Amino acid sequence: MPNYSWPPMASRKVIGQRLSRTDGIEKASGRAKYNSDLNKPGMLHAVLLTSPFAHAKVKSIDTSAAEKHAGVAAVRVIAPAGTEIQWAGWEIAVVAASTELAARDAVQKIKIEYDIMPHVVVENDLKKVRTRAKPAGEQLEGDPDQAMKEADVTLEASYGIPTLTHCCLEPHGQVIGWGADGKVEFNPSTQSVTSIRGDLARLLSIPTTDIHVHQDHVGGGFGSKFQPDRWGVEAAQLSKAAGGKPVKLFLDRPTELMIAGCRPSGFLNVKLGAKKDGTLTVWQSESWASGGIGGGGSPPIPYVFTKVPNRRQNHTAVSLNTAPIRAWRAPNHQQASYLTCAPLEDLAAKLKMDPLDMFIKNANLTQREDTYVRQLKKAAELSDWKKLWHPRGDAGKGPIKRGLGIGVNTWGGAGHDSTARTTIHPDGTVEVELGSQDLGTGTRTIIAQVAAETLGLRVPDIRVKLGDTNYPPSGTSGGSTTVGGVTSSTRKATVNALDKLLAEVAGGLGAPADQLEAVDGKIQVKGNATKSLTWKAACQKLGVKTVSETGSNVPREAAKEGLNTGGVGGVQIADVSVDVETGVVKMNKLVAVQDIGLVVNPKTAESQVFGACIMSICGALMEERIMDELTGRMLNADMEFYKLAGIKDIGEIVVHFEIDELNDKRGVIGLGEPPAIGGIAAISNAVANAIGTRVPTVPMSPMNVLDALSGRKS
Amino acid sequence: MSEILDPENREKRKGRGFSRRGFMQGIGVTGAVAPALLPEQAQAQTPPGVMGPGAVAITLNINGKPMKATVEPRETLLDTLRNQLDITGAKRVCDRGTCGACSVLVNGKVSYACSILAIDAQGKQITTIEGFAMSGGKPHAVVQAFVNNDAQQCGYCTPGFVVASKAFLDHTPNPTYEQVKDGLGGNLCRCGTYVGVRKAVLEAAKMMKGGSNA
Ligand code: FES
Ligand code: FES
Repeated sequence: MPNYSWPPMASRKVIGQRLSRTDGIEKASGRAKYNSDLNKPGMLHAVLLTSPFAHAKVKSIDTSAAEKHAGVAAVRVIAPAGTEIQWAGWEIAVVAASTELAARDAVQKIKIEYDIMPHVVVENDLKKVRTRAKPAGEQLEGDPDQAMKEADVTLEASYGIPTLTHCCLEPHGQVIGWGADGKVEFNPSTQSVTSIRGDLARLLSIPTTDIHVHQDHVGGGFGSKFQPDRWGVEAAQLSKAAGGKPVKLFLDRPTELMIAGCRPSGFLNVKLGAKKDGTLTVWQSESWASGGIGGGGSPPIPYVFTKVPNRRQNHTAVSLNTAPIRAWRAPNHQQASYLTCAPLEDLAAKLKMDPLDMFIKNANLTQREDTYVRQLKKAAELSDWKKLWHPRGDAGKGPIKRGLGIGVNTWGGAGHDSTARTTIHPDGTVEVELGSQDLGTGTRTIIAQVAAETLGLRVPDIRVKLGDTNYPPSGTSGGSTTVGGVTSSTRKATVNALDKLLAEVAGGLGAPADQLEAVDGKIQVKGNATKSLTWKAACQKLGVKTVSETGSNVPREAAKEGLNTGGVGGVQIADVSVDVETGVVKMNKLVAVQDIGLVVNPKTAESQVFGACIMSICGALMEERIMDELTGRMLNADMEFYKLAGIKDIGEIVVHFEIDELNDKRGVIGLGEPPAIGGIAAISNAVANAIGTRVPTVPMSPMNVLDALSGRKS
Repeated sequence: MSEILDPENREKRKGRGFSRRGFMQGIGVTGAVAPALLPEQAQAQTPPGVMGPGAVAITLNINGKPMKATVEPRETLLDTLRNQLDITGAKRVCDRGTCGACSVLVNGKVSYACSILAIDAQGKQITTIEGFAMSGGKPHAVVQAFVNNDAQQCGYCTPGFVVASKAFLDHTPNPTYEQVKDGLGGNLCRCGTYVGVRKAVLEAAKMMKGGSNA
């Protein structure tokens, strides 16, 4: 069997280089076409009509006026009379017309009568949602009651973290054409080019092979863009009804924010006990969360410090009249990290202990003690902890208070199923094809790096082709599994292709194929540059043939092959200043120390961590889905009041990777999610350290900060 | 409720000439479409120089070239660019002047194309990213700096950032780090590329002074 393992760290020429992304110019110059940019001949524009009510029954629906509207090509009722609507934003009907404006006008002409029913859209008070609550059962370990009695110090407190939306800048949607020949041309905005085809085939009840999916670029996903969704299916049906013309249906921003993806909330009543020296002995918690209508959202708490000897956890899922959750960059982990690290720091404050010491002291309760101890120390060094940290509330005179706080993370990130095909042409051209996608993490670039490294070439010599179901299947870009998956499959396919090429040229070089190697643009006898052919000359020996080989990452085998593994830890430390007169929190610095395996491209890897940290800042300070109890609608379904951080709001971000021989040996490990986890906890803890009291409710908006300062319950 | 959608106001408006700005406000505030006046009403009240309410033929000067389009008066410049002229560098993200993804230059000034009516853009010099990003196969200094500093991930916000950065540097050729943070405050990125953007704008400023600006 060929040896697929990565070349040793010291001898790599392309892997590990800080290279600019290969599609960078295309994107930065505006030439990159996203599927929402497509304009196809004869294309129709579709607009959705959605429910203004959170819970209602459709009494009647009349589309006749819409059908007659000028330019309208097809109208479909999605929720016929009798349908029970379960959230505001539920799809009711959809119209396709020759222009977007005509479709919007026509949609306004659809007449619907609703029987309005009672709704529940707010879950911060568990007592109020009893009928919607589904207890998950108790988890018990040790003897928490006894341990609580024996504890030197205990803490009882409550915390809450709201529902966030994904808010992908490219909205969900697609251009789709269902031709008279039964073939469907599907151009979605998706995180899963390969699997979305099968999913749509099932929903349309047609063979998978009748669907062709193509996507060059995708404008964000963060866990929300795996499925074809109702709007994909409806757009296909509209196309069919309109004689196969392509239909473009992308959600408008309010709809995007209401129904195209959100992260569950998380609430916690907790009681902790510890010894005087800070050793955590007991954890007792009642948590609840809502993932929309289906309930769901169960943060794994206590987080990271899972081995607290005495534990009792009760979790309740609350069903709300809101759209269902989708995976949100590290599902449930951000909530868990906040709901664990905040009480831990509160306990440390009660013990008058430095939380850094307390986290280190309790690192033996984690699955990777050495890693966290090392990382906590490193993050402390990078954040100047020893100099800047002070006991809680001891932030000096004046209205601006500075504080520091800690958050921790853990994640899997082993590579997913992936197959790649590497083709070497007689003119020396190399193509690598995968039915994968580049979410903006640099997938294209790192695939080229792996193939170039394997063939002794440079990145520009490799053509990477992604985003098409004509290429071999590759997994969904979720769970930070893509880079592990595609690098391994690319490595194997390319090694296989190279072996074939070497067999072809072996005769000419007078050595057996296994004595040849590809280095620096040449095929040569191992260690002997004088017996060599240039890459081009070697490929010419193929005559009219091409070499085309595949390779697959098989998750169960990858670790044995040394290609990729999972399992990392990381630490975030935040440094903030809070104006106690206005309640405004300013980020000074966020430090991210991250465990990482083999790093294919430190530049794009770093970008992911910057992005993860910035998402944490948004989540800690401004993001929040605000539901109106009275109307059942989302009050801030726009980007003015659903706030994201801007370039000025983020302070300084410091990233530290543990790139070394030892970590490198673990192979590639996914990175997108872990550094997005600990930031909210770190920022919340830093705010508490600054102002001397906990802001129990995330986000730490001016209102919530002022409420906490004045002892009000928000 | 917006002025446009409020039936009472709609009645009142019958008496006065309808304004394009009014339409736009209606669209902006509600995110939905304002109901069109009946053609006979509109004709009766149309003062001279007002276009519409039906579609009208216009010519826009885009990237130095005259381009024809047939637009309804309520259509935004952004939608005309994207849907009619297939100029898609400017993206529709918030569609109401918050995110900067649709940034274009109007007479050299950075503007949100989602918040300008196409008919109001007549007679103005409109520059989209396509108009300056590449020349003679070479990327503009801002584009190159964005790539060098990896100031992009999914890239959906990036053209807007590049346009805003170019406009910023045209006005502030020697920016400080603090000025960059203020100057690009009108653009949002969900992937979180701001660290790269800060560095890119500073590097582009240097490149442009060094004469390597394409
Ligand atoms: S789309 Fe125009 S500012 Fe957001
Ligand atoms: S790069 Fe994705 S939104 Fe900015």
